[in-house]
Amino acid sequence: MTPAPYRIRSRRPDRADTVTLTLEPVDGACPSFVPGQFTMLYAPGVGEIPISISGWFRPGGYVQTIRAVGAVSRALCHKRRGDVIGLRGPYGTGWDLSAAAGLDVVVAAGGLGLAPLRPVVRELTAHPSLYGRASVIVGARTPATVIYPQDLARWHDGHGIDVQVTVDHPDQAWTGPVGLVTHLLDRIVFEPRRTFAFVCGPDAMIKATAVELVRRGVDPRRTAVLLERNMKCGIGRCGHCQLGPLFVCLDGPVVTYDVAAPLLAVREL
Amino acid sequence: MGTRKGTAVTRSVRKRTEGVPRLAVWKFASCDGCQLTLLDCEDELLSVAAEVEIAYFLEASSAPGPGPYDLSLVEGSITTPEDLERIQHVRRVSKHLVTIGACATAGGIQALRDFGDVREFAAVVYARPGYIATLDRSTPISANVPVDFELRGCPIDKRQLLEVISAFLAGRRPVVPAHSVCVECKARGNACVMVAHGTPCLGPVTQAGCGALCPAFDRGCYGCFGPMESPNARALNKQLRALGMSTPELVRVYRTFNATAEPFRQASESAENSREADDDA
Amino acid sequence: MAAFVLDSLEPLIAELRSRGFAVVGPVARGGVIRMEEISSAADLPRGARDEQTPGRYRLSTHDGDLMFDYAASPDSAKRFTQPPRQTLIRMRRGDIEEVEDEAPRLALLGIRPCDLAALAVQDRVFLGGRHPDPAYRRRREALFLVTVNCAVPGGTCFCVSMGTGPKATKGFDLALTELADPHRFVVEAGSEKGVDVLGALSQAAACDDDLAAAEEVSRIAAEHMGRQVDTEGIQQWLPQAHDSPRWSDVASRCLSCTNCTMVCPTCFCTTMEDSTSLSDGTAERVERWDSCFTLDFSELNGSPVRGSGEGRYRQWLTHKFATWYDQFGMSGCVGCGRCITWCPVGIDVTEELANLR
Repeated sequence: MTPAPYRIRSRRPDRADTVTLTLEPVDGACPSFVPGQFTMLYAPGVGEIPISISGWFRPGGYVQTIRAVGAVSRALCHKRRGDVIGLRGPYGTGWDLSAAAGLDVVVAAGGLGLAPLRPVVRELTAHPSLYGRASVIVGARTPATVIYPQDLARWHDGHGIDVQVTVDHPDQAWTGPVGLVTHLLDRIVFEPRRTFAFVCGPDAMIKATAVELVRRGVDPRRTAVLLERNMKCGIGRCGHCQLGPLFVCLDGPVVTYDVAAPLLAVREL
Repeated sequence: MGTRKGTAVTRSVRKRTEGVPRLAVWKFASCDGCQLTLLDCEDELLSVAAEVEIAYFLEASSAPGPGPYDLSLVEGSITTPEDLERIQHVRRVSKHLVTIGACATAGGIQALRDFGDVREFAAVVYARPGYIATLDRSTPISANVPVDFELRGCPIDKRQLLEVISAFLAGRRPVVPAHSVCVECKARGNACVMVAHGTPCLGPVTQAGCGALCPAFDRGCYGCFGPMESPNARALNKQLRALGMSTPELVRVYRTFNATAEPFRQASESAENSREADDDA
Repeated sequence: MAAFVLDSLEPLIAELRSRGFAVVGPVARGGVIRMEEISSAADLPRGARDEQTPGRYRLSTHDGDLMFDYAASPDSAKRFTQPPRQTLIRMRRGDIEEVEDEAPRLALLGIRPCDLAALAVQDRVFLGGRHPDPAYRRRREALFLVTVNCAVPGGTCFCVSMGTGPKATKGFDLALTELADPHRFVVEAGSEKGVDVLGALSQAAACDDDLAAAEEVSRIAAEHMGRQVDTEGIQQWLPQAHDSPRWSDVASRCLSCTNCTMVCPTCFCTTMEDSTSLSDGTAERVERWDSCFTLDFSELNGSPVRGSGEGRYRQWLTHKFATWYDQFGMSGCVGCGRCITWCPVGIDVTEELANLR
């Protein structure tokens, strides 16, 4: 439960309230991770929160994107290059990319949910021959809250991935679609019975997207979702992240929808 | 107007100002006990003084410095027309406004006037009630201006006050949980006085913060810190009646320091109307 | 295993103390049996008896020599294995320092078989998974456990239903059964440490009468459970009862005060508190007992996942009796009855379960 000191190697403001940090250990090696896993980031004296890993850089460090919504995330967002913070992990389950081999891939993200999916898309771009058609659909509240705009453009323009973005509240410059991310499923091409889906976002977005995918014929066991719950320890001890029988920090955050569906269906579980 | 809890208080006071943050302490209708808690801090007060400039604190200094202030601690409730104007001024000159104590957070013991007719009281007490300029009700600060954080207690707890000041300086959320007194009581190792002795206790419906002081000395909780986050006074009242409390006693126990805090007001009114007693019969 | 007879606990207490253990045993204080440090058998509550019903606990004193003639006290071993507050780390500038408190060598004298079962649950929670807790291990390994088999179950006990008592079968260093006329203890060792301590005392081998009397104590105790729970299929049916109207019924009575979780010997949930020192800027993390009955417990993006009283009560009861199996392969309840006795409004889990079924 003791964080290791990590130095902020770089800090890039993504959007008004979102910052992407690259973190490297002050001493020792950085443990490897599986896409989908998270770390507990500690802002000294303020608190600790789970943050998904969005990437890896050589020789060893994590890329992590944080939105300033509470005291701890705000404190982390205000850190500067060279500052030292605490880090534990990586923890939890990851996306099972091997299960998607040979299949069409749908990556569906709601808001900041794109952060843990970024390494999935990077894998798709690195080894396109291993997978079928690849699509990325993203829903956000406003155009300004779409994270990784450069990545989205590069995936689309440079790697032939079908990238579609929709927003709830467009601004005057917005020319793209407006509405729920589930509507974007009509705009992409995938063979439902030969598709693996990766879904991350708020509970309601996960439910709506997974229900729609399954309705179209995607196997719930091939629909991986990343769950979010209150976490204090990240290692199954504080009890906060329970979702029925699951400790989301140990048994998740990534689970398949056949596991998640009956749990998400119960109010206040 | 409501209370801006949690998130609004988390921006660092220090980072937003040049030099040392400036602290002010203000008094409205109150007994001064909560402000004195700051002086009670003694050793820690030196640490506070090293980190902030105590720019306005009439209890401690006769030479108040002018505003604006980074952090204002406000004691007392709003009971006069003059208070109404002065609190607007305090809000204007304060970046962060934290109310301290039951008067400032719930109207205090003087809010008992809300259950009667203040003009009638004035006529009984004063020879010339015409000179008395007072409002019909005693209201918490948050009913009049936006408040960044409310620190409960009659009086407030010294540890919690230092925690709030430290949290503001560090730009974090104060660790001031809104759960019941029972959490602190059990952590402290007390056995429940209701269960073990049949002593009526408001701990289960009262917010923690005192360190379960009264139960540690075998007394029931008096509710000094006001209602906890999800009080079920109706269920508690049934048990308090079973332990022998009469309707007047029940009404009285809720009408003390936080009488008009909404859950306590409802608890005393429903006890008074004996709806509960009838319902449960 | 060989059983012996002790006429007095004084030599045992002295022996444990001479081995560097602080002996923690039951004492009567403030009308309640508490587990506190004792220095002599004279500190034990001779003649004390308890009366436990939902929401009510009373202690009385009677003639006679019996020192353990009552049921579970509000203090389980949890306070000693998982302290209510512990500092985890301190951080100053870039340095993070892990705080390692020394584990006190404690001999818990008079803990009950249900509490041994609770320790087994804690062992599974804290040591059995992928992330064992070294601080728990240190404290756990520093314990010497002298259990006393129950003679008089309390009105809220249901250890027989949960298969944890009233006689201890494992998990102890020494197990005592208290007998009257003449006052004596049948003692068995359950570990090498126990054999060693027992070997240092002058004892006599238990005779057949002693053994028969001890068996009789446990047999009678088993027949006098105050409560019972039908655990058949509970892992399956309880989570499926999530829409039962009983949840809102119990929520109308529940105070969300957390007393049940605080006195429960297996409830392990904690939260973290972070602070900064005004004087030198040192940051500190403290872990403290938390409860699923608080709103902060499930807070996600500004609001609680379980905002209603029924949601919180359902989480607690369902976790304790059902999903605990999924997580740890065992029940989270050991049948000690503390949550029933120490609920200020007397909510009875056995009654709730019977109604939910």
